[in-house]
Amino acid sequence: MGACPTHIDVPGFIKKIASGNVTGSAQRILDANVLGASCSRVCPVEVLCEGACVMHGRSEKPIEIGRLQRFAMETYYAGGGKIPMRPRAERKERIACIGGGPASLACAAELRQQGFQVTIMDRRPMLGGLNTYGVAEYKLRAADSLREIEHILELGMRFEVREIDAAALHELEREYDAIFLGAGLGAMQKLEVENATNAAAASAIVDALEFIARYKAGEQIGVPPRVVVIGAGNTAIDAAVAAKRLGADEVTILYRRQRENISAFDFEYQHALNEGVHFEWETLPMRLTQTQRGVALVCAEVTMGVEGKIHPVAGSEFTLECDVIIPAIGQSPLLALLSQARGVKMDRGRVAVDRATGQTSNPKFFAGGDCVNGGREVVDAVADGKRAAIGIAQWLATRAERDATAEASHG
Amino acid sequence: MADLTTNFAGIRCPNPFWLASAPPTNCGEQIMRAFDAGWGGAVWKTIGEPITNVSSRYSSVDWAGQRMMGLNNIELISDRPIETNLREITEVKKRYPKQAVIASLMVESKREVWHDIVKRAEDAGADGLELNFGCPHGMSERGMGSAVGQVPEYAQMITEWVKEAARTPVLVKLTPNITDIRVVARAAKRAGADGLSAINTINSITGIDLDTFAPRPIVDGKSSHGGYCGPAVKPIALNMIQQVNADHVDGAPIPMSGIGGVSNWRDAVEFFLLGCGTVQICTAAMHYGYRIVEDMVDGLSNWMDANGFATIEDFRGKSLPRVTDWKHLNLNYKIVAAIDESLCIGCQLCHIACWDGAHQCIHLDRVSGPVDGHVEIHAKPNLNGRETIAVTPIAKLDGPRPHIGPYATSLERIPRVDERECVGCNLCSLVCPVDQCITMVERPTGKMPETWAERTATTADCTPPHMAK
Repeated sequence: MGACPTHIDVPGFIKKIASGNVTGSAQRILDANVLGASCSRVCPVEVLCEGACVMHGRSEKPIEIGRLQRFAMETYYAGGGKIPMRPRAERKERIACIGGGPASLACAAELRQQGFQVTIMDRRPMLGGLNTYGVAEYKLRAADSLREIEHILELGMRFEVREIDAAALHELEREYDAIFLGAGLGAMQKLEVENATNAAAASAIVDALEFIARYKAGEQIGVPPRVVVIGAGNTAIDAAVAAKRLGADEVTILYRRQRENISAFDFEYQHALNEGVHFEWETLPMRLTQTQRGVALVCAEVTMGVEGKIHPVAGSEFTLECDVIIPAIGQSPLLALLSQARGVKMDRGRVAVDRATGQTSNPKFFAGGDCVNGGREVVDAVADGKRAAIGIAQWLATRAERDATAEASHG
Repeated sequence: MADLTTNFAGIRCPNPFWLASAPPTNCGEQIMRAFDAGWGGAVWKTIGEPITNVSSRYSSVDWAGQRMMGLNNIELISDRPIETNLREITEVKKRYPKQAVIASLMVESKREVWHDIVKRAEDAGADGLELNFGCPHGMSERGMGSAVGQVPEYAQMITEWVKEAARTPVLVKLTPNITDIRVVARAAKRAGADGLSAINTINSITGIDLDTFAPRPIVDGKSSHGGYCGPAVKPIALNMIQQVNADHVDGAPIPMSGIGGVSNWRDAVEFFLLGCGTVQICTAAMHYGYRIVEDMVDGLSNWMDANGFATIEDFRGKSLPRVTDWKHLNLNYKIVAAIDESLCIGCQLCHIACWDGAHQCIHLDRVSGPVDGHVEIHAKPNLNGRETIAVTPIAKLDGPRPHIGPYATSLERIPRVDERECVGCNLCSLVCPVDQCITMVERPTGKMPETWAERTATTADCTPPHMAK
């Protein structure tokens, strides 16, 4: 359980499945992780619980913890199970959770369990953040994400669809007792090649998150035959596999470095290979051109120099014809919004927090999830959100006392 | 090549593996197939006045993914006419003269009835007789089976009646459902029995259906206690057999056919080491079929060759002198647990077992250090510190993962044994899932061997030395 960011009691919930107590098993999972159902589907268990399984030491397959968790959660919810409500008294303090993703949901759920009044705000009409909009459909359907969130909302919190800007942040700081920043990351990085802004060619470009969101919303129900994905992170793999499953004949991933440098997990890479995705290593897109059939990317082979710098190889240019180009080269930090929060210090594009409590340099602001950790997994966001909720509760509980002490020393 | 031919109380057979009186020996056709598979003998499903059985007869206990650790039955003796069984005995013996056929018998407790069945069974060609004084269910309600085996006077009387008529060896099958199994064994000896077989099945209720509240096996919503057998009962059988085979009251021990959870040749060797001359098998054959005997014969033969034993007599009973009263065990013998760090997988079952179930001497207090090799700090790491916040490892955010230490498992997860506190109870080595990871090693105490009997014989004060003032 030390390997799970949310510290799910893995031996405990498995023992309960084995004893036929699936209800107790699911409740044990929910006790640690209110998004236990979606985590069981999207967690990279190979590098988390199953990676830490002691069976590796016996040269045996690890216990399939992810699938067992999924069984417990799905059986529980299918049988009408709900998130158990802790006995608590209602409290008057109000907390705003900015962002509707896993971090905010986990924070809000824990705060509600402690009796606080919580409002979640997100600019999009559906809650769940990347769970609903960004995780590939074949891992977690939007409907399943939303079903899980229904259970969280039953704990009794408000949800406002609202764009948050600088003015809104200042208003929230006045009106609420604490604010949790769970806003995630910003837009996908733009593809920087020649002609990328050329209107005709640019219409072939759709960033990976946008592509997946459309697909999950049912707006994208097919793709043209030739798809190029740029980048080799987990989102790139999600997009490439999604394109394959939407019917593309050829899906090519371009990556400027070598196989061993990719940021996608190894099992994700293997998954893409199994799905028939083709990889072009040490390849850099240079320029967009139009062809009779569609567009083409002029690419160059590159070599890696000292300190990881890459250099195009002279005369190595080749043309890759395609119909859709999906850049998946990372999300940019949400600097524009977050830098507007008064007194909240940033560190290399991320919100700086006290790790144990999630508190920022403005004590009223707490933060967690991708905007703090730079972009990890759903389970990390859940852990951040819950830690921050506990931090908020502790801070609010001692605030009055602290204020009184401060007043006494000044007076 | 070891010689497995056996002469058990005058019954000759090519090997000591017999099928016990049970469903696998219900009819001649089955027993002939069993002999083809290699069984040395078979004790016929108990012959008596035919009974009516119920539908749903067996239930079992599964354990840790294995089926039928223990098997329970409420089936009675043979439901076939006596004449049919006897006719088939004749047929089997005609075709298989070398294999032993023993007729298990159970009839009304009347002298002439017993005389009659003994004569008919022997006339049919049985090589020996086994008196079923053990069946624990159904038949006992009618004054037979364990109703006889639980009363030494009845057992002696009926055995005497049988011996009056019998020309072949007579074995008395003992029930374990009695306070002291030796009492009935002595009665059989006094009556002149040629041998014993033990144990019969143990009274049991294997489980209850949580939806219907009916115990298993369910017969129209109800059940009855049954007889338990299979691997689960082997330790009980070994103990009872040791008790009988070491008992010299009312005469020296007589030949014993061991029964109770024998599933392979290794189990059989254990029964031989406690003095048995043959073994009888039922559950394993019901689970896997007659073919299991092939490896029993082959495995026993190879083991005997490897250990230089030409016949079973060469090692039979060798463990009997090793079983003694507790008061004769050496109090000055000390072993401690040793954990092989290179094999440890970090599951920490030993730590939990030692703390909750034993003597609190296995600690989780090792800490890897950055110095050459590793350092150990025998203090509990701070589990509430921020360093315990786990995150998903992301290479581009975290860089390469550090090497964890000298062993495959990180030192923090490998428990440490405090030998000063270890009492050598074995529990950690029993729960450890890795073969040879935890071994018990002797730590010479430098003291002369001393038993409780010796200590109390020579010292008036029996206070253990470490508690003496």
